[in-house]
Amino acid sequence: MKVSYSMERKDFFKILLSKQDTKPGASPTTALTSTLKRYKGKWDEQAVVYFLKHTMFGAKPADVAFFKKKNLKNTVAVMLKDAAMPTTSPINNYASDKIEDEQVQLGSTWVNATNVNGKINYRRRNSYKQWWMGLMINQDRSITEKMVLFWHNHFATETNIAENPVYCYRYNLLLRQHALGNFKALAKAMTTDLCMLRYLNGYANTKKAPDENYGRELQELFTVGKGPGSHYTEADVKAAARVLTGYKIDNKIFTYSFEPNRHDESDKQFSAFYGNTIIKGRAGEDGAYELDDLIEMIFATDETARFICRKLYRFFVFYTIDDATEQEIIIPLSKILRKKNFEIKPVLQALLNSQHFFDMAFRGTTIKSPADFCVGLMREFNVALLPPGDMFAEYSMWEFVHNQASAMQQNIGDPPNVAGWPAYYQQPQYCKLWINSDTLPRRNQLTDRLLSYGFTAKNGSKINIDPIAYAMALPHPEDPDALISDSIQMLYTVPIADAEKSHIKSNILLSNLQGEAANHYWTNAWHTLIEKPDDAVNKKEVLNKLKNLYKYLLNRPEYQVY
Amino acid sequence: MKRRTFFKYALPSVVMPALLGGFKINAFAGNPLLQNLLHADTNGRVLVVIQLAGGNDGLNTVIPIEFYGAYKNARSNIAIALEKILSLNGCNATGLNPAMAPLQQLFNQDRLAIVQAVSYPQPSFSHFRATDIWLTGEESNQVLNTGWMGRYLNRQYPDFPDHYPNSIMPDPLAIQIGSVVSTGLQGPAFPMGMAISNPDSFYNMLNEKPRQLSASPAQDQLDYIRQVAEKTDAYGDVIKAAAKKITRQSTKYDDNKKNPLSDQLKIVSRLIAGGLQTKIYMVSMGGFDNHAKQTDAADTSKGTHANQLQKLSEAIAAFMDDLALQQVADRVVGMTFSEFGRRIKSNASGGTDHGIAAPVFVFGQPVRSGIIGSNPTIPENATVNDNITMQHDFRAVYATLLEDWLAVKPSNIPDILQKDFASLPLIKKV
Repeated sequence: MKVSYSMERKDFFKILLSKQDTKPGASPTTALTSTLKRYKGKWDEQAVVYFLKHTMFGAKPADVAFFKKKNLKNTVAVMLKDAAMPTTSPINNYASDKIEDEQVQLGSTWVNATNVNGKINYRRRNSYKQWWMGLMINQDRSITEKMVLFWHNHFATETNIAENPVYCYRYNLLLRQHALGNFKALAKAMTTDLCMLRYLNGYANTKKAPDENYGRELQELFTVGKGPGSHYTEADVKAAARVLTGYKIDNKIFTYSFEPNRHDESDKQFSAFYGNTIIKGRAGEDGAYELDDLIEMIFATDETARFICRKLYRFFVFYTIDDATEQEIIIPLSKILRKKNFEIKPVLQALLNSQHFFDMAFRGTTIKSPADFCVGLMREFNVALLPPGDMFAEYSMWEFVHNQASAMQQNIGDPPNVAGWPAYYQQPQYCKLWINSDTLPRRNQLTDRLLSYGFTAKNGSKINIDPIAYAMALPHPEDPDALISDSIQMLYTVPIADAEKSHIKSNILLSNLQGEAANHYWTNAWHTLIEKPDDAVNKKEVLNKLKNLYKYLLNRPEYQVY
Repeated sequence: MKRRTFFKYALPSVVMPALLGGFKINAFAGNPLLQNLLHADTNGRVLVVIQLAGGNDGLNTVIPIEFYGAYKNARSNIAIALEKILSLNGCNATGLNPAMAPLQQLFNQDRLAIVQAVSYPQPSFSHFRATDIWLTGEESNQVLNTGWMGRYLNRQYPDFPDHYPNSIMPDPLAIQIGSVVSTGLQGPAFPMGMAISNPDSFYNMLNEKPRQLSASPAQDQLDYIRQVAEKTDAYGDVIKAAAKKITRQSTKYDDNKKNPLSDQLKIVSRLIAGGLQTKIYMVSMGGFDNHAKQTDAADTSKGTHANQLQKLSEAIAAFMDDLALQQVADRVVGMTFSEFGRRIKSNASGGTDHGIAAPVFVFGQPVRSGIIGSNPTIPENATVNDNITMQHDFRAVYATLLEDWLAVKPSNIPDILQKDFASLPLIKKV
């Protein structure tokens, strides 16, 4: 970790901070018409799709069908179940004539290896990111993967600065372990995480030369934040940094230690915001316990619970928090969080079961992040189907998806800085920041590509969308009106006008034929496809029309939001 | 101005002079892109293709007065009364549907050609299949993945879309008014044209209103994305600039949103007049699949089919009027086509079923009026099995337009249409 690097980042971040959200914004607001009371509305396909697009990456038709049979309460219960830790770990998918790894064979995991050098580390970090992408694409029916991304954006680190791929991997496991766990426990564990120690210089923070980097971000970004109720001082930053002195990384055996002789043993005085708390200096190994005191103090403020609830709210519901939302939603959620001693699940449970979450006013108000867009696309169209067992082919596909999301400005594993991606916090634009003249065409090109020539995985398999298979799984693909309506129902969370649907129908499916009677031309073609699958000419007609239909639907702005 | 600068800096070597897009330039012989573009025509000629979806009933469009008795006999419930048929100067044997007065006028003014009985061997009666055949130019027993216009454009503008737009061709190669780019414009790897999804959003784009927050947050997001999409289109600016140049258009267009073809052609004329170098425009109208009640029972000159023909005729006439007003009429030729004609014998429900050959209209100031081919022969006692015999392969029409209008060398026609077709006398010789 180069200190100068983080200084630069810090300067950059200062600029951002001046624009960061500190008060309810000038963005469009909605009159609050709903509260955290339990949602009593319909649990129909529309509601399930909306729910899944928020809590998972995309709403896969099979998942929609699965959860539609349950009710909301049971669905939330399934989604919040503790997910098993990954059964795989990232592998050596990089060995070649040019790059040799003396400890790890091609196809074996490198997470226990101790050999490090720049070349190998770079490739392992890529393999790590691809592995993570694979976990997203193959996610279980659980909110876990979405929460891992949430925490990654919250406790942001960058692999290219942490450098050591094993640290990055362990950081990822830490996020997973606490994804649905305890916020306070995660904040404490994160403080001594190797990746974070390195990223924010915690390992270089000594009593002789305190480094304030982590002490500052712990407060400014991870816990109390910069919201209206946060009044910590510069002196608090310095005091926290002194509390956190003494940690050291052993880069040979990949572990950290607390070194009493590097720890500042004096008392640390905090400001009125923290009730003028004094954290008693402790000598020897006991110095490490000052971290507990610091965490206790920070988590005793109202602001810490509110700050994380606001962030969860922006991630899962809507970017604007006006006064009414703060009073009716954020503060009640933060009370639950504190009452449950910072367990995250009860907060999510209350939010996801609420009428507020399902308020029609929020349908279509979140622009998909690139991860949502790319991973969701792969999942919704079952694109990621490879013959099982060909790890290298799978990694090449995950790499493809990761690169796509990166090009759209979300490089998973490497957010732009410690504040995470601006689209999650910067007012007044928020998620609009994902869409610009460079990224929007990339989204369109990806969907067009997967509906045409696709992507060729390492083993030569073609990865693309099979629109016939997609249509086949809908209830009435032979009926052009139902085909369009049902597709839209699955793919969008906002309605489109009937006139537009019929325009799409005649323009795309019916070769401009009009009138009720024209429907049967499509119906006949579809039936022929089913009855005579070998009729190549008919199949081409149907396939081309479906390709055009889905290209069109996926290019529309409605597919960019949920 | 910009173009000059480009040539000045990018092409320093003086090798051969050529006219390109109206500018005298010195071309760099080694530049393959430019080499190919030099083979492109340089006269600003434009082709407008009007698709009549559903299969137009040719026999009630261009009526064989010559065989009126057999015609009347074959379709007594929908036959046009002899005295109502519109006459064509110098062609007593053939007339037009009474709803087509504007096209009658074009014919009499030497601006409309009628090609009789156009089809292809082993015709398909399926809308989808037949439409594909017309758009790709494939044989009936063949499947092509590119469109005939796409192949033409790919020849003229190689390597599209890499390095496009560029100073030599700053504009879309082709524009489709519709949601998706037609199969007809599909090139070997990419669509060779762009689609302007619908006139409404197109007009919004032209208006350049400053962005305001929309009523609902969801609408706000969608509007925002739409706006970025419009801005990002590589051709958004040139289209907007071209359209903005034209502030006055013909008053003959139907501005009541009752004639979609008229709306589409109005945009096309505006873009041509505004200076786009776009070679091909595709527009379409539906509603020709009339299996029942295609005419009013009491008056066969009225009804569904007549309404369609009237819209078609009025839209073309307004377009022609506008082209003259904009002083670009000498640069534009249009054609209509439908995937097939209909059966000679009408059915009991006052409609016609899918048939084979039908007439194609070719219009424009450069077009020579005339009827190419003869009236279709109609049996005295037509049965449901009787169809209009093909006289012209549709690819002969394409070949004529490519060769005589878009200046494709005859030897290059097989590249585009798979074989040679004799040219038809459609375009006036200058």
